[in-house]
Amino acid sequence: MEKLLEVKNLEVSFQTYGGEVQAVRGVSFYVNKGETLAIVGESGSGKSVTSQTIMRLIPTPPGKIKNGQIIFDGEDLVKKTDKEMEQIRGKDIGMIFQDPMTSLNPTMKVGKQIMEAVMKHQKMPRSAAKERAIELLRLVGIPMPEKRVDQYPHEFSGGMRQRAMIAIALASNPKLLIADEPTTALDVTIQAQILELMKDIQKKTGTAIIFITHDLGVVANVADRVAVMYAGKIVEMGTVDEIFYDPRHPYTWGLLASMPSLDSDDKTELASIPGTPPDLTNPPKGDAFAPRNPYAMKIDFEMEPPLFQISDTHYAATWLLHPDAPKVEPPEAVKRRLRKLSTNYPQPIIVRESE
Amino acid sequence: MSNLSGHILNKTAVKGEEGIWVFSAHIPSFPVKEHLQENGGAGNLLRYISKRLLYMLMSLFLIVTATFFLMRAAPGGPFSSEKQVPPEIEKNLNEYYGLDRPWYIQYVDYLVSVAKWDFGPSFKYKGQTVNDLINEGFPVSFFLGMESLFIAISVGILLGIIAALNHNKWQDYGAMVFAVLGISVPSFIMASVLQYFLAIKLGWFPVARWESLQHTVLPALALAATPTAFIARLTRSSMLEVLSNDYIRTAKAKGLSRRQITVKHAIRNAILPVVTYLGPLSAQILTGSFVIEKIFGIPGLGSHFVTSITNRDYTTIMGVTVFYSILLLLSVLLVDIAYGFIDPRIKLAGGKKGE
Amino acid sequence: MQQIPKEMFQPAVADVGEAEKLSKPSLSFWKDVSIRFRKNKLAMFGLILLILLVFMAIFGPYMTNYDYATNDLMNTNQPPSSKHWFGTDELGRDIFTRTWYGARISLFIGLAAALIDLVIGVLWGGIAGYRGGKTDEIMMRIADILYGVPYLLLVIILMVILGQGLGTMILAMTITGWVNMARIVRGQVLQLKNQEYVLAARTLGASTSRIMFKHLIPNAMGSILVTMTLTIPNAIFTEAFLSYLGLGVPQPLASWGTMASEGVQALQYYPWRLFFPATFICLTIFAFNVVGDGLRDALDPKLRK
Repeated sequence: MEKLLEVKNLEVSFQTYGGEVQAVRGVSFYVNKGETLAIVGESGSGKSVTSQTIMRLIPTPPGKIKNGQIIFDGEDLVKKTDKEMEQIRGKDIGMIFQDPMTSLNPTMKVGKQIMEAVMKHQKMPRSAAKERAIELLRLVGIPMPEKRVDQYPHEFSGGMRQRAMIAIALASNPKLLIADEPTTALDVTIQAQILELMKDIQKKTGTAIIFITHDLGVVANVADRVAVMYAGKIVEMGTVDEIFYDPRHPYTWGLLASMPSLDSDDKTELASIPGTPPDLTNPPKGDAFAPRNPYAMKIDFEMEPPLFQISDTHYAATWLLHPDAPKVEPPEAVKRRLRKLSTNYPQPIIVRESE
Repeated sequence: MSNLSGHILNKTAVKGEEGIWVFSAHIPSFPVKEHLQENGGAGNLLRYISKRLLYMLMSLFLIVTATFFLMRAAPGGPFSSEKQVPPEIEKNLNEYYGLDRPWYIQYVDYLVSVAKWDFGPSFKYKGQTVNDLINEGFPVSFFLGMESLFIAISVGILLGIIAALNHNKWQDYGAMVFAVLGISVPSFIMASVLQYFLAIKLGWFPVARWESLQHTVLPALALAATPTAFIARLTRSSMLEVLSNDYIRTAKAKGLSRRQITVKHAIRNAILPVVTYLGPLSAQILTGSFVIEKIFGIPGLGSHFVTSITNRDYTTIMGVTVFYSILLLLSVLLVDIAYGFIDPRIKLAGGKKGE
Repeated sequence: MQQIPKEMFQPAVADVGEAEKLSKPSLSFWKDVSIRFRKNKLAMFGLILLILLVFMAIFGPYMTNYDYATNDLMNTNQPPSSKHWFGTDELGRDIFTRTWYGARISLFIGLAAALIDLVIGVLWGGIAGYRGGKTDEIMMRIADILYGVPYLLLVIILMVILGQGLGTMILAMTITGWVNMARIVRGQVLQLKNQEYVLAARTLGASTSRIMFKHLIPNAMGSILVTMTLTIPNAIFTEAFLSYLGLGVPQPLASWGTMASEGVQALQYYPWRLFFPATFICLTIFAFNVVGDGLRDALDPKLRK
């Protein structure tokens, strides 16, 4: 497995009326070639900001990258100028956004919007670009692409618009596709279609995908690996199996427990995580999740937990993995799914920060 | 009732059925988009035009009726017994209005005459008809009006775009200061000031009359000042709103350069609200012309109109009013139809909603 | 790894209330609005300007010994001096006194027009928006047709027929002027009436008028205020325009408009006669515009910033 993208200690803040909002507070992860990483979290967890920062799409008057590196294909994107990023956007990295209604220019034909992406990065005459646009529309499963290519976005349904967005993002065969909640605004049935489409395309083209969502059900469907974000930090990261069958962070437990499932009987209440995420203008002292954490210990309110490594691919930032921490039982819904994974280390190891 | 209502008060400005906010005046436009989308299906255009024409005729009817009855009520007017007019004029009046016939017959006759484009004789000048006055003065006013329109649109849009692209920098503040001046200084004050400083004191331009192209400069500038300010302001707001839209982010994610994004995506969408303003704009220029023509001694319809007001030349006042009303209603109608063609979201020939 | 005392790993009492505690004090809606408004320097400048103008309108005429109507034919067309701060006009009247007297008239016209527009507009738009359906359609069609009539033309005609005077001017201005306000109010009501708290009130059995006056109109207040603030300069402009056409308030009443139109004719020789009324017309229109603009921005910050 070769690393395509590696994000190290990314910190992104926004200057607002009310102060400096630390949206991303030291995030590190990697994506291998051809795999799908899901980033999961509530609104405000920093997942969208992280993904948009990779593409350097965050407007820099209010936003600012305070620290960190984004190594893509051997180069640090943080250091690149806007002009240099123009070469990468749409060509090596593509992105699709949450709301297909507003993400397409309403007064420009869909075909033209695809052709723009093609012609910017590949020297092609108009006619060839149009052919490519039709081909791409066909690839994403839009019927009668020769007709559709000359239509306007309002003539497409929601699901079709999102497919068109995918076509635009894939126009130049990018190595990485970032999908920021692509199915959130769509009907459930259309959701399923789009997810199938994305898996299909990944098989065909070998594109790596970062899939951002708040829906764990979607994660189970598409992801190879998962990163769980809370209040601007990654609290747990691992393969899909590890996250679903052996989660270690109380927040992950909370997310899993709040998923309705056909197995749970009628009498058990649907667990929910009480409270709301913290105000990131004033990040709390210890673990940001502590106030909402039923398993919180005194230390959670004093010091931020270090990152513990549970297996080659599984990491979690929680004091519960400290040797001195008491043994706790995760909630019912999580316990039911627990499995012993052979790849785990005998004991979780603290990850030392490299100087 | 606290913060909830804050969130509810939203964009009735810039877009919306109520029209467009432009600094000091709210310019409601006929809700073209909404109207056409309500009446979906083929043959949209025809239905829309006929509906608008109907409204126009109703407004016109109201105006003509109002002018007729007001004229009957005017003390010393053509219908009053105390009027003092030379016998020749009395004869013309009788011919046109049938002064001793019952009022309802007079009314119908009047309607018919107007429909035949005959506005009757002047109340003050022997042997002159209102039509004469219109034919003589309108071409001059039309030229002046077009000149001002051209200045207002080109300078206004340019300023607005520059201001928006340099939001909160000196270009933005400068342009907005200019806009404030343009709106706060009534056109006739602007005209007097321009005349005083640039023509009388500095002698750069002729003081009055309508003899060469140079004679047109100062009046056109004075007439265009306020509309330019409105357009600049409107373009700026519209541009800022467009730039904050998601599809601009999509364009950036494709790797398009700032210039490409601005020209191909932003400007095209930002100009749309300006088009709807053109109707009220022509009204402003038309009424502005009254005073400007008077100050600069231009023999246009506007100054004739002002003279007729001062002289209480009732028939001329009424006739010219009806003429102006037709002009204005037509221009609003034309602009709204044009908008229907320019905005592809309004498929006038019947587009299909895809699936 | 530093040594951490074992007792730190004791469970802590998670206070959910603590988590929900707001870190910023919550403000009432209007307090929030006024804070935002005050941050807008231009709008504050406009507000101060307005306060000064109103102050002068009230007290200005008393600051001199002159009366606005007294002629002094020995001292006509005097430039500004220590005796006549703004100079005199062709009949020797003190321009300073007349300016502030005229301020009263112009401001009065502006306010009266705006208030009448307000009352008619709010009632018309409120009822149309709340009732919806056929009532709404009919009422708004009437409004549309009325709006189709070119405003200034209608005003001119009415002034010609009804004769000059303060009352007729205000009547002429408000006959179709209210349509604007009605449209805005209707739009607001349409949006607001489907909000949940209205539904809740209705479920509790509140009557139509109660819903309108207690819920809908206060929430539409913001837009209403902004519209009013922007109607006044329009009225002042129209008054000046009419005066220029000779349809202004009759002599010896002075309004800024009549003074300005007299001043224009004498521009070449006695520029101060135009300068003072014109400046104040511009300043007033400017002030109302920036205040109205600032108010609108303060009510919905997402809009402009």
